[in-house]
Amino acid sequence: MGDKFIYFDHAATTATRKEVVEAMLPYFTEKFGNPSSIYTLGRESKKAIEESRDKVAKALGATSKEIFFTGSGTEADNWAVKGVAYANRQKGKHIITTSIEHHAILHTCQYLESDGFEVTYLPVDENGLVTPEQVEKAIRPDTILISIMFANNEIGTIQPIAEIGKIAKTHKIYFHTDAVQAVGNVPINVEEMNIDLLSLSGHKFYGPKGIGALYVRKGTKMISFMHGGAQERGRRASTENVAAIVGLGKAIEIATEKMDEYNKKLLALRDRTIEEIQKKIPFIKLNGDRYKRLPGNVNFSFNFIEGESLLLMLDMKGIAASSGSACTSGSLDPSHVLLAIGLPHEIAHGSLRITFGEENTQEDVDYLLEALVPIVERLREMSPLYEKDKCSCK
Amino acid sequence: MKKKVMLGMSGGVDSSVAAAVLLDKGYDVIGVTMQIWPDMQEERQKNEGGCCSLSAVDDARWVADKLGIPYYVLNFKDIFEHNVIEYFKKEYLQGRTPNPCIACNRHVKFEAMLNKAVSMGIDYVATGHYAKVEYDRDLNRYLLKKSVTQAKDQTYALYNLTQEQLSRTLMPIGDYTKDMVREIAKEIGLIVATKPDSQEICFVEDNDYGRFITENTDAEIKPGNFTDTKGNILGRHKGIIYYTVGQRKGLGITFGKPMFVVDINAENNTVVLGDETEVFSDSLIAYDLNFISIDRLDSDMKVTAKIRYSAKEAPAVITPVENDKVKVVFENPQRAITPGQSVVFYDGDKVVGGGIIEKSALLY
Repeated sequence: MGDKFIYFDHAATTATRKEVVEAMLPYFTEKFGNPSSIYTLGRESKKAIEESRDKVAKALGATSKEIFFTGSGTEADNWAVKGVAYANRQKGKHIITTSIEHHAILHTCQYLESDGFEVTYLPVDENGLVTPEQVEKAIRPDTILISIMFANNEIGTIQPIAEIGKIAKTHKIYFHTDAVQAVGNVPINVEEMNIDLLSLSGHKFYGPKGIGALYVRKGTKMISFMHGGAQERGRRASTENVAAIVGLGKAIEIATEKMDEYNKKLLALRDRTIEEIQKKIPFIKLNGDRYKRLPGNVNFSFNFIEGESLLLMLDMKGIAASSGSACTSGSLDPSHVLLAIGLPHEIAHGSLRITFGEENTQEDVDYLLEALVPIVERLREMSPLYEKDKCSCK
Repeated sequence: MKKKVMLGMSGGVDSSVAAAVLLDKGYDVIGVTMQIWPDMQEERQKNEGGCCSLSAVDDARWVADKLGIPYYVLNFKDIFEHNVIEYFKKEYLQGRTPNPCIACNRHVKFEAMLNKAVSMGIDYVATGHYAKVEYDRDLNRYLLKKSVTQAKDQTYALYNLTQEQLSRTLMPIGDYTKDMVREIAKEIGLIVATKPDSQEICFVEDNDYGRFITENTDAEIKPGNFTDTKGNILGRHKGIIYYTVGQRKGLGITFGKPMFVVDINAENNTVVLGDETEVFSDSLIAYDLNFISIDRLDSDMKVTAKIRYSAKEAPAVITPVENDKVKVVFENPQRAITPGQSVVFYDGDKVVGGGIIEKSALLY
């Protein structure tokens, strides 16, 4: 177990940028004022929050009053779905979502089902895509919310959000998108895309952990998430996490500025990795759409081997990657996303997700390929399924 | 280069000390905890203890961090479900009393975990079992021997290990007494040092086997007759899965004298009751055998044999019989020889082998 360490798990989290940390630091110490206080120290904190709000709004094409800071992307998702559902209960009880959402949406929907709501989980095609037609067909007179993720965290597939937004608008149904994986990676404009609610999370684009935001279109009827003080205009009480909010603002500002350059870099790493793996390793499947996918996302299934062994062996080589979804204990379960795109149970166990980021280089890709090819070979040699299937594969 | 070992860790004292001992001996140790419980029990995992619960994972991870070794949680849920839980239910439904720990050792720890280790280029698997693995040059065989602490010895549950498995298995605490183990735990500052030993069947809540099987099977659990050994009907039982041979309490009816379950007959759904004398037998037939100290049993052999985890070893002669089975004849009758349990044979401190009890020759 050497000293080499390469991080390929940027969809899980990213390191906070130096500039972001620097922007945050004063708000832990000298600028520690409570934003609700009326004296200068408090007002400074308040001002920092509002500047950050402006930056988030600008990045999304929204107005500042439509941005609400939350404790995380999961909180934003919970608030969006429960908030709209409970405030519009008299109007209807039906929600449309997809079968490949993050658990922050899926488990929230399941909770609402236990409380009398009805949820349609749209199936996806083999690449993880839903079609606008599917969404339109699922609409009922009592549909109050459509919640569809912008880009999938596991397979990176990007949904036709603008088209779905148009449909939602035509039918006058609130449209929420979980854009936790997309913000900072793909251009988003809530106006042009007719998005009514959008969740984002700071630590996915080099901001700090423990801070997220929910965009809520002006006039959207929804209940407050936390009751208490007047923070976030009474809709999300809690003394603001000022430093983290400042960090989020700084991070989204930099991400927006650098997006073209960043995308270009990630695309080069992604495409070369996909092509090389396809060239070097047989019996594999690229999960997710080849082109409608996040610029930094690579997700492969390797027949005959378990993702678990693969990840552990990569870890021993200093390569941090991921597979499936981790359950409470940290062990790996077959991913609901891979099952939803039609992978059989045993193959859904054998996937590898590589997500590139800022600090990755083509040399990192070389190292990955050098490690991966023999590991897959070794694991297959040990697999009782391999020989048998290889013969019948012709 | 250092030899690599994958160590099964439960967060308990024994496996934690095993980690420390292996490190001390110069191995490269990779700690793992097996995730084995089905998803339906996830709530329980969060709340309770037990060797593979969430708190076990937290404890094991803490120990691994403390010792500075890599630690992973491995998913063996499917393998456990098929090889242990399904087997457990099937055996009860057929009127037998299985030992799921033996099945878990055989199929999960020393098969699935070992295969995983080997496929990853790891040389050995290790566990915190109280047993010793030794290579005997003269016999050219790997031997499984009793732990120095007889009271803690766990060889009974390990008799299925093959030569190939033993050659890749380390049981580092077999040379230590429980007190020494606790002492080492304290020395290296493991907070687990005062935890109680794990006991009972990990996946059955409250040890209510009957309820567990009823709730987790499609098979119908039908009430049937209690009979005496002559076939006279004595009353009604609530389903054969609720009984085990030797059981006295909880029969639901009372008689003028203590009565015991002496046999369970799945075919006609009856539970046979007898008195104190009728629950003894001096011989049994065992199948599904594995031998360790010998390659195979060709002729009679004098051994001591143990018919359940908590039973005392008793002198016996084992004889090969047709269909790869063994007949075990004890010097003195044994109480409650139970089909489904394992019988393990010893030659002094060496495990000769063992098998699953098919039936006993009832004395009645």
